Amino acid sequence: MADYTIPDDLRYSEDDEWTRTDGDIVEIGVTDYAQDQLGDIVFVELPEVGASFEQGAPFGVIESVKAVSDLYAPVSGTITQVNDSLVDNPEQVNEDCYQSGWIVKIQCSNSAELGELLDAATYSSSVTDRTS
Amino acid sequence: MAYNPHTDADVASMLEVIGQPSIEALFRNLPEKIRLQQDLALPSALSEQEILEELEARAAHNANLSNYTYFLGAGTYPHFSPSAVDSLISRSEFYTAYTPYQPEISQGSLQAIFEWQTMITMLTGLDAANASLYDGASAAAEAALMALRVKRGRKKVVVAGLHPHYREVLDTYLAALGVEIVTVPYTKDGRAQAIADFVDDQTACVLIQQPNFLGCVEDVQLAAQAVQEAGALLVGVVTEALSMALLRPLGELGADIVCGEAQSFGLPMNFGGPHLGFMATRSKFLRQMPGRLVGETVDLRGKRGFVLTLSTREQHIRREKATSNICTNQGLCLLMATIYLSLMGRQGLQKLARLNFSKAEYAKQRVRETAGLDLPLSAPSFNEFVIRVPDSAEAALLRAQENQLIGGLDLTAYSNKIDKTDDFDLGPAVLVCFTELAKREDIDRLCQALAGDDA
Amino acid sequence: MTDSTTFPSTYPAAGVGIATRGMSLEEPLLFESSRPGAVGYSLPKADVPDCDPASVLPDEFLREDIPNFPELSEPEVVRHFTRMSTWNAAVDLGLYPLGSCTMKYNPKVNERVARLSGFANTHPLQAQELSQGLLGSMMDLSEYLAEVAGFDHVTLQPAAGAQGELAGVMMIRAYHEARGEQRTKILIPDTAHGTNPASAALNGYDTISIPTGDDGILHPEAIEPLMGPDVAGLMITNPNTLGLFEENLVEIAKIVHNQGGLIYGDGANLNALMGIARPGDLGIDVMHFNLHKTFTTPHGGGGPGSGPVGIKAHLEPFLPKPVLRTHEDGGVFLDNDRPQSIGRLHGNLGNVGMMTRALTYIRFMGPDGLKRSTEMAVLNANYVAARLKDRFVLATGDRPVMHECVFSDEHLEGTDVTTMDVAKRLIDYGYHPPTTYFPLIVHGALMIEPTESESRESLDCFIAALLAIDDEARRDPGLLHKAPHNTRLTRLDETRAARKPILRWSPGSGE
Repeated sequence: MADYTIPDDLRYSEDDEWTRTDGDIVEIGVTDYAQDQLGDIVFVELPEVGASFEQGAPFGVIESVKAVSDLYAPVSGTITQVNDSLVDNPEQVNEDCYQSGWIVKIQCSNSAELGELLDAATYSSSVTDRTS
Repeated sequence: MAYNPHTDADVASMLEVIGQPSIEALFRNLPEKIRLQQDLALPSALSEQEILEELEARAAHNANLSNYTYFLGAGTYPHFSPSAVDSLISRSEFYTAYTPYQPEISQGSLQAIFEWQTMITMLTGLDAANASLYDGASAAAEAALMALRVKRGRKKVVVAGLHPHYREVLDTYLAALGVEIVTVPYTKDGRAQAIADFVDDQTACVLIQQPNFLGCVEDVQLAAQAVQEAGALLVGVVTEALSMALLRPLGELGADIVCGEAQSFGLPMNFGGPHLGFMATRSKFLRQMPGRLVGETVDLRGKRGFVLTLSTREQHIRREKATSNICTNQGLCLLMATIYLSLMGRQGLQKLARLNFSKAEYAKQRVRETAGLDLPLSAPSFNEFVIRVPDSAEAALLRAQENQLIGGLDLTAYSNKIDKTDDFDLGPAVLVCFTELAKREDIDRLCQALAGDDA
Repeated sequence: MTDSTTFPSTYPAAGVGIATRGMSLEEPLLFESSRPGAVGYSLPKADVPDCDPASVLPDEFLREDIPNFPELSEPEVVRHFTRMSTWNAAVDLGLYPLGSCTMKYNPKVNERVARLSGFANTHPLQAQELSQGLLGSMMDLSEYLAEVAGFDHVTLQPAAGAQGELAGVMMIRAYHEARGEQRTKILIPDTAHGTNPASAALNGYDTISIPTGDDGILHPEAIEPLMGPDVAGLMITNPNTLGLFEENLVEIAKIVHNQGGLIYGDGANLNALMGIARPGDLGIDVMHFNLHKTFTTPHGGGGPGSGPVGIKAHLEPFLPKPVLRTHEDGGVFLDNDRPQSIGRLHGNLGNVGMMTRALTYIRFMGPDGLKRSTEMAVLNANYVAARLKDRFVLATGDRPVMHECVFSDEHLEGTDVTTMDVAKRLIDYGYHPPTTYFPLIVHGALMIEPTESESRESLDCFIAALLAIDDEARRDPGLLHKAPHNTRLTRLDETRAARKPILRWSPGSGE
């Protein structure tokens, strides 16, 4: 089993996304485990800035050559920024999923939902469950 | 059995390896009560010689290009196909291969598709074409579905000048989606009424056929402005692909999607199928396009090669969220068209289009000069137009038939499928098409026959 | 890269089963070899006055040129495509064991019949009285197909299996709507082809996945709790995509029918059943055929196919129109007066050129020949399964397989070799790879459908190749990772193709 990087300072969703919170702005990307499962990312479909999503609603799509996965909003809110550089360089998700491979920033409309996110240890054991 | 290599000894030895006593035993887990208890009630086997005798006799019962001269188009066009086309597609390496899933051993098919895609972008004036669809009608329906995906939330599709069969297929494909389909009527000169009056902020797309079903060349640029203002997509639909060699590319005129039927490019009429649907679009809509796509890449040694690509749009990966349920392309048909277009080339295709146009213009002149015949529509055409006949379309076509001429399409039979403004009146009319196969003397004979005693 | 050292040492005697490169010639794109002024066409003499389009149409309606469109002579075009043809694998070159695709031999007489002028050079809108040879042939074919699969009617209109499937689900929807019922869901097993959920979605149905049992087949207990008055029906492939006969189908059909639902049959695997059992007798209400699979019309590099649909009488009002009907005088005509029809699916009558081929095949085989084909197809699949099962892991355990067999990648455990590597290495041995990674429920699936066209010798060589590759996987896995070695091109970079799609040639873009 491969070792996956799961930074302690981030919070995670059950859909294999990570979040980094700064005030009410939540930065979102996919985890190392997710990018590894998908393989070489070839395309990320980004939402429009200003679009709003309920928690759990699909806000975008991420594709590799032979797989496709919806991206789900880990918290409800409005998109404030998208990572446009993924349009031309989707491989950033593979190469640096926690930094330059970030996908969107959402202004969270329900801070209670932040508390529902998993900490690194919990997420790590969920990955272990699925890979063993 | 000629198509099965096993001898009785082979069967016996293989059963031994499998460890079963008989062929029958291989089906042992099919419950007895569901087994077919009798032989299939089919006629018994024939030798190859007998089959040819039987089917050649049946084929001889059909009017065809060797015993009739055809002036019938309306979606399927009689054209000449050079001998090299059939010769090349008869190579088993092409026709007994399947979809090129394994690119290392499918480069022949893949490169041909890439060349086809390129040619279609050149003919349509758009950025990207797919590897083909079943036929023009389903291509038009798929284009509407694509526009509905691009313009998510909009629920109206406007059609102008569309072949009635294409319209029916569109109705079928959209039936479950709660989409309103609005028809723009024909005006007196044979062209569609102003598109601007039919589009609004609920319109996902306008499908406009060029030339339209009645053979008239539409003002697509004008339509494009109206469509753009409404924020909808313009879909150009082409049934006579050869017209693209003469008319300005629809993509240049503002179409966002161009689709249609490419049977004219070297495919036999085949009683209507297989034909060859094509589709092209702008780069920004690429991921909403249905069907197979071939793209360029390199192999491990850095050598150029081609692969099926962007397949995450397709049913085998995206399943219920796929852009379409389509799996096949019309591989062998697009190969025919690609070979045909390579032979005709830049010059030949344009010359052929002009020859078709000239034949039709000559025929128009003959119609004007023939008593009893009339041109009810004044809009310009390519190689197909409407002729008004003195009595009834049925009688006129029968007269043509007696002269070994397939004289065109009886528009009376379609009159309830043609939406029109009040001042539009064809009278008894036929839709007639003139290709390079129509000789001058045949055109003259046709005019005589359609006019009947009045001539 | 292609020197003999990359050849396996365990190949079968006398080089059988090894792909060797004959004279494989490079060939640029048409656009790159184009030379202005080269002519590959000949046009008939103009016997009418030339007419300048600009005299009739405004300039802005006209094209000036087709820039960069190729210009080549006929010998150049012929060489171009002939060279390209040599880069393809094909049934006529060798075993093409692509599971679920039935890559059987395509008889040459089919091609001859389809090209008869009285079939090929006919117009779909010419008078029906002038088309009786064709309409009669189509009627015969529809009756033969109905008999083979046990249905009351067959429409020939759908242009491919996927369009047939679409038509079938549309008829199911029309049937429920005609009864005043709004059903919203459809049940689909987890082994199904991707077209099934896609066709259901195009009809506005939500799909509910049905788990396959541990024994590889469906069980009534899995269906019963999900079947209700809101379910339109069940889509099923029989034999299923694991190559197993759905033994509980009759019972499952009862459950679905009792709740007012209908059964859709995916006929992709009909080659396992001809003369043995008929889907229509098993409770299936509607099923598509694939003439290019079961009835030997060529696959054509991905089409054209043909996907007729068989139905039981209760679906007759909903058939796509026009419908073929027989007059009292024996003539055949097209009936458009079909108020409950789902409508038209094709611009004309479907892929008639494929129908004449399939008709030829059925007439050649007769009832005994079709049954024999099925028996030999099943024999061949069982033979492959029996010879490989000690080294490869059958996904279906000890159950007898039908026309195809599916292996998982369990036997590769402990190596870093994948099913993809094995598949690509098979190319070096001269074989088109089997279907891989499908059905989705089998890990690293390798799905082999040998068809009845293969001799025992052919199968033995193929089996020897797979066993040799299995040895290589342990001894020299690197050899497999980079396979194929012996093709004109090596493994292609699909990621690159998808990241920056280049879908057309552009001036100056060549090598």
